[in-house]
Amino acid sequence: MTYTDQVLVLTDVTKRFGAHTVLDGVSWRVGPGITALLGPNGAGKTTLVRIVSTLERLDGGSLSVLGHDVARERRTVQQLIGLTGQHTAVDGMLSGTENLVMVGRLLGLSRLDARRRAGELLAQFDLADAARRRAGTYSGGMRRRLDLAMSLVRAPRVLLLDEPTTGLDPRSRRALWEQVRRLTDDGTAVLLTTQYLEEADALADRIAVLDSGRLVAEGTAAELKAGAGGDVVEVLDEHGQPSDTLTTDGTAGHVASVLRSLPGSARVQVRRPTLDEVVLQLTGKEAA
Amino acid sequence: MTTITARGPLATTPPVRPGVLTPFTVFVGRSLRHSLRDPEALLMGIVLPTLLMLVFTFVFGGAIGGDSRAYIDYVTPGIILLCAGYGAATTAVAVSRDMTTGTIDRMRTMPVPGVALLVGHTVASLLRNLFSTAVVILVGVLLGFRPAAGPVEWLAAVGLVALWILAITALFAFLGLVAGSAEAASGYGFILLFLPYASSAFVPVATMPSWLRVFAEHQPITPLTESIRALLAGVSPGGDAVAAVLWPLGVLAVALALTAWRFPRTRSRLVH
Repeated sequence: MTYTDQVLVLTDVTKRFGAHTVLDGVSWRVGPGITALLGPNGAGKTTLVRIVSTLERLDGGSLSVLGHDVARERRTVQQLIGLTGQHTAVDGMLSGTENLVMVGRLLGLSRLDARRRAGELLAQFDLADAARRRAGTYSGGMRRRLDLAMSLVRAPRVLLLDEPTTGLDPRSRRALWEQVRRLTDDGTAVLLTTQYLEEADALADRIAVLDSGRLVAEGTAAELKAGAGGDVVEVLDEHGQPSDTLTTDGTAGHVASVLRSLPGSARVQVRRPTLDEVVLQLTGKEAA
Repeated sequence: MTTITARGPLATTPPVRPGVLTPFTVFVGRSLRHSLRDPEALLMGIVLPTLLMLVFTFVFGGAIGGDSRAYIDYVTPGIILLCAGYGAATTAVAVSRDMTTGTIDRMRTMPVPGVALLVGHTVASLLRNLFSTAVVILVGVLLGFRPAAGPVEWLAAVGLVALWILAITALFAFLGLVAGSAEAASGYGFILLFLPYASSAFVPVATMPSWLRVFAEHQPITPLTESIRALLAGVSPGGDAVAAVLWPLGVLAVALALTAWRFPRTRSRLVH
């Protein structure tokens, strides 16, 4: 089987809320696999996901999902995507099964097929034991997993995850990563937004950095680290822990001059920048 | 079963459209489940009607009507409409809750008419409040209410109650749509809940100061109460019936028009 080469094609995408320009001419191509959209709060990540998922209209430019224009072919796009938003869409008054059956019925499955699919997904997301309990009694991690399962009832071609692990403990976060990775084995393309660099680094095939409504970098984690300049000089304290971090442009001259500025007794190490530092350099802001 | 399996080639998943009515039945079922599982809704549906009947019959009945037995016949239609107001007001909270959680976003990204969500809340409210109406009548009968209505009068009386419930539920659904929070949504309903007190529901308008009487005679609850009271007493409601039908239809038309205008423009009220 063949995939459209480009999952998403954004051309000069612009979105304003009143006088505030949230997306300022974003042009971007998203391919198969997992793509992370990284950026500080207010960068426009959620707005971009909401445009892809037909929740917001464009003010300028165009955006297509697997070749279908979001403005002109809204219903077709809705058939192709699944969304797990930043705020959980789980109905706390209904059980896990009831939540999934409801979505299945709305998507055109028969009662029987909806029940069967609900059972499959509950098993897949380790929720079988809680299937009959009201989702309101679930833990944060369980609610997120159910939320994710709800966006997978009719196997979307493109899954949109807006800050999927915000508020989860590290163990639940890792469990969710594992689930997301498994989805791509089936050929589902994933676009996720995150403030956690660790998450982008661990999950994504490609990463794009959004800042103040503009795309400031795009590539693999390694490319971003390589492209965003120089090695980092870390000053270590008496326990060998970094006490200060100095960025360089990567040239021998600059590294040398940074080293010369330190007292001769200082203990230092020179290393490649972390993704965190790359984003900080690109955006001038802390990502988280 | 490639249509429902996550494994396998996803590109072959054919687009399936649900039946035209499916979204509506799904959301009605959802809202009814909510009603049955929400202790507050059950309180509104059973305990409140019972308490109001007891309070108006035994606490106010003697003072207002002189004789609590006779007052039951007078006050029962008013209690029905009062309870309908309280019951319908919960629709505003339910709609508002859907707008302030991720629910509306998920529904909006699915190929179903989003308005089915509102229809679900409205139909559930209608059924819930008709149940409360039955509770009021049942408690009334236990306390000595003896309606003289025949089948046709009963049907007409229940029809008027249902029409009014539908009209104010649609209005509360709109309030839930525009309110900033569930709390604000229930707050906006205050004026509607106040209407029965400034009508002929509990005391004849003749006992009111003239300025209030003018208001009482020109608001929906008075013709509705008078019509339902007449029907349950087995007599013709006369001219009140026209106003009792036109008021709810007018409220319904305004509420639906406002919703039709506002709903497509509604963004979920989440922090982005």
